[in-house]
Amino acid sequence: MIGLLPVFTVVLVFLTGVFGFFSPASAAKVETVVSPGGISAWLVRDPSIPLISMNFTFREAGASLDPKGKGGRAKMVSALLDEGAGNLDSQAFQRQLENQSIRLSFNAGKDTFGGSLKMLNKFRDSAIKLTALALTKPRFDKDAVQRIRAQILTGLKSRSSSPGYIANRVWSNAIYGKHPYARPTMGTQKSVAGLSVEDLRSYVSESFSRDRLIVGVVGDVTASELKPALDQIFGGLPGKRPRRKIKSARISSKGTLLVVKKAIPQSVVIFGQKGVTRSDPNFYVAYVMNHILGGGSFTSRLYNEVREKRGLAYSVYTYLSPRQMAPLLAGRLSTANDRVAESLRVLREEWQRMAVQGVSDAELENAKSFINGSFPLRFSSSDQISELLVTLQYYQLGADYLKNRRNLIDAVSAMQIKQLAKRVINREALTVTIVGDPKGVKATGKVPLLDF
Amino acid sequence: MMRSVQIAFCLVLLCLASIRTTTTHAKVFSPESFTLKNGLQVVLLPNHRAPIVTQLIIYRVGAMDEPAGKSGIAHFFEHLMFKGTKNLKAGEFSAIVARNGGQENAFTGQDYTGYHQSFAVDRLDTMMRIEADRMQNLVLTKEDIEPERKVVLEERNSRVKNNPSALLREEVNAAFYLNHPYRVPVIGWEHEIKALTREDLVKFYRQWYAPNNAVLIYAGDVSVEKIRPLVEKHYGKIPSVSMPKRVAWSEPPQQSDRRITLRHTQVRQPSWSRKIMAPGVQFGKLMTVYALEVLAEIIGGGTTSRLYRSLVVEQKIAANAGAWYDGDNRGPGSFGFYGTPLPGKTVLDVEAAVEQEVAKLLKGGVSEQEVREAITRLQNAAIYARDGLHAPASIVGEALALGLTIEDVEQWPERVGQIKVKAVNAVIKSVLGRKGSVTALLLPEDAK
Repeated sequence: MIGLLPVFTVVLVFLTGVFGFFSPASAAKVETVVSPGGISAWLVRDPSIPLISMNFTFREAGASLDPKGKGGRAKMVSALLDEGAGNLDSQAFQRQLENQSIRLSFNAGKDTFGGSLKMLNKFRDSAIKLTALALTKPRFDKDAVQRIRAQILTGLKSRSSSPGYIANRVWSNAIYGKHPYARPTMGTQKSVAGLSVEDLRSYVSESFSRDRLIVGVVGDVTASELKPALDQIFGGLPGKRPRRKIKSARISSKGTLLVVKKAIPQSVVIFGQKGVTRSDPNFYVAYVMNHILGGGSFTSRLYNEVREKRGLAYSVYTYLSPRQMAPLLAGRLSTANDRVAESLRVLREEWQRMAVQGVSDAELENAKSFINGSFPLRFSSSDQISELLVTLQYYQLGADYLKNRRNLIDAVSAMQIKQLAKRVINREALTVTIVGDPKGVKATGKVPLLDF
Repeated sequence: MMRSVQIAFCLVLLCLASIRTTTTHAKVFSPESFTLKNGLQVVLLPNHRAPIVTQLIIYRVGAMDEPAGKSGIAHFFEHLMFKGTKNLKAGEFSAIVARNGGQENAFTGQDYTGYHQSFAVDRLDTMMRIEADRMQNLVLTKEDIEPERKVVLEERNSRVKNNPSALLREEVNAAFYLNHPYRVPVIGWEHEIKALTREDLVKFYRQWYAPNNAVLIYAGDVSVEKIRPLVEKHYGKIPSVSMPKRVAWSEPPQQSDRRITLRHTQVRQPSWSRKIMAPGVQFGKLMTVYALEVLAEIIGGGTTSRLYRSLVVEQKIAANAGAWYDGDNRGPGSFGFYGTPLPGKTVLDVEAAVEQEVAKLLKGGVSEQEVREAITRLQNAAIYARDGLHAPASIVGEALALGLTIEDVEQWPERVGQIKVKAVNAVIKSVLGRKGSVTALLLPEDAK
């Protein structure tokens, strides 16, 4: 099936989570549940379907904390926790999951390590037991480790020739410099080949603890049923672990343009500059501004100028990545090699127009009306909601955020956007990476040799 | 568990289609349905968790209905549905959707074309008005068409030319179907996209975009009492169009096994796959389709399936391996296998190991326990399918567009539950034992 708009890549899925806005209207009532063991979770009870969706995240447990030379460690653990735990080897564990249709998966991001569990109510006890085992007694059997390592290596090998992946690696390197965010979450073929079982075990014991835990639950379960379940799943984890901080990144503002030459018909272009953090008082101003610039899928300025008017690209968008230690405003487009120069010119013009003129009242009203009007759509499935419950807690937005959100958006003025844009938006600072054979574009730096 | 890489390689669309088949139909949507005088079929999937609704309109026209030499027109046309109408300027449709807090997209397949928006339920009137408007009021100016042609060509570049596994997939399909229009890619051949004219597009529009060739679905906080008057108001006056007689395409028997090899500079990791023609919901009995869904679950559904266990866990030949079945088509269905060799092994090792597993199946069949467990997993998946709005809407809409009935969707878990070992063993013989497969090898340029 092919569609009008690309189904966005991982980046945007992640960001949807980050920016997920919540519906006061649909009135998911959030209860704070605290277990006898002291584990707290946010719960939205919904008995309409006999299932439960749980998401959890450990802060300070992401891939950017992988020690130097051990890139891919958190990611590899995420693929191995369900490959055998307790007295169940990999096949026995997987058979229990599959035959009870328990959907358990783990994922390592740059900052956090997350888990997602979706179960039919009739298999609740079993799902709880298996998740607890995976978190507290992963086996890391030699055979499973070899198998998963081989899968990751195969994946890395495939990606090593993918224009999008190469562009991302080179661009991350250019924009983050020496900061750990520049390193690939998946690791490299070399680093993954070198990971030992001890590395994986030490990751688990350093990273999973109750003080770093955030839990969101949605579905057919009451608070009093959830309490013991929380203790069963997470009670076996250590209570506290030392804080681990990531340093602030120095986001490049040199405006470097790098070209990775490849004989492909279409160039992939990634661009970006420093943005604002989630905790910045101007975050909502930036959010609305980005929506107008390149965030709104069929309506943004870039969509109109690059795609609708000129037919330069199938897909063009921008997003905010509001990490505390490395906030970005970035984006991506793909276009024929002989139209890269024109696309970049249009992109820079739009960047400049925003910096100089800000937005019109009509644009602002339309953006607000979309942002406010579309947020109940985030409430259409259980796992969407449970994931957002985690996001809310991660950014410490408070449960009343659900009610306040509309006010926060409505308060954004065209003047604020203009001031912020003037201060933040800078076309000279755009770090650009192109993979392809672009015509009429001059690189301003040398592509570093990277391991893939 | 590591999500398999060659999901990317295995014929992705079909893979997903198959996953959907096997994971979503459920006797739980409890739809309500009515048909307008002009032939528009309307289906409601009530779900009152939140005051939101998804509107999905599916037209029973896809790439397989394109005139010869006009490939890509169904998809190109889908893009143009967002341009100006007699009542709205180009781009206004999406601007209205966005202003009303709606999210939208559209998709084109071989069998049908769909357009959908999700929005707060109090916006129904507006959303119906603009969706009904573009069913017959598009203007299609040159200024709408030409930039969009470039967009479509860039889309083709993104999806196919920059992606060796997609390039291979196009050539596999051209070999796999001797006669059926499925041999032509949905996005179209580049030279034909370039040559499509305004007249072609207008003709396509007038022929296929009509209430009697569409299914309209509302999933969410809706009821017949509320929806029906609104639907009558906006869609009721659109006249029906007499539908041309469609070609009853079918495939001749295939005698030869074919191999397609693509060596490409952009490929670092080799992979192997094979496709066999199979019954589908319109090609054979439905019970055969269900038996094949159970079989695919046994052979390829996850890490405890036969192929993964044998090739990946036990023999250590492949990093990943699996199988899929896609019977949700107006045309013939297909059954497929795929695998990625581990370093030191080759695509031929993978092929031999898959063939060995197939030989075992042909000789010994499947066990009762395997069938029972597969059925339970499929039925459980049907419960998960109720969680959300978009998935139920597309499951029901697509089924109806393929010529199935609401009853077929609702009865799916029960019918799958009736599949016995004997039925699965019968499809092993009739499908996996068949001649005429296409094997695809994706290799680095310098590979032996």
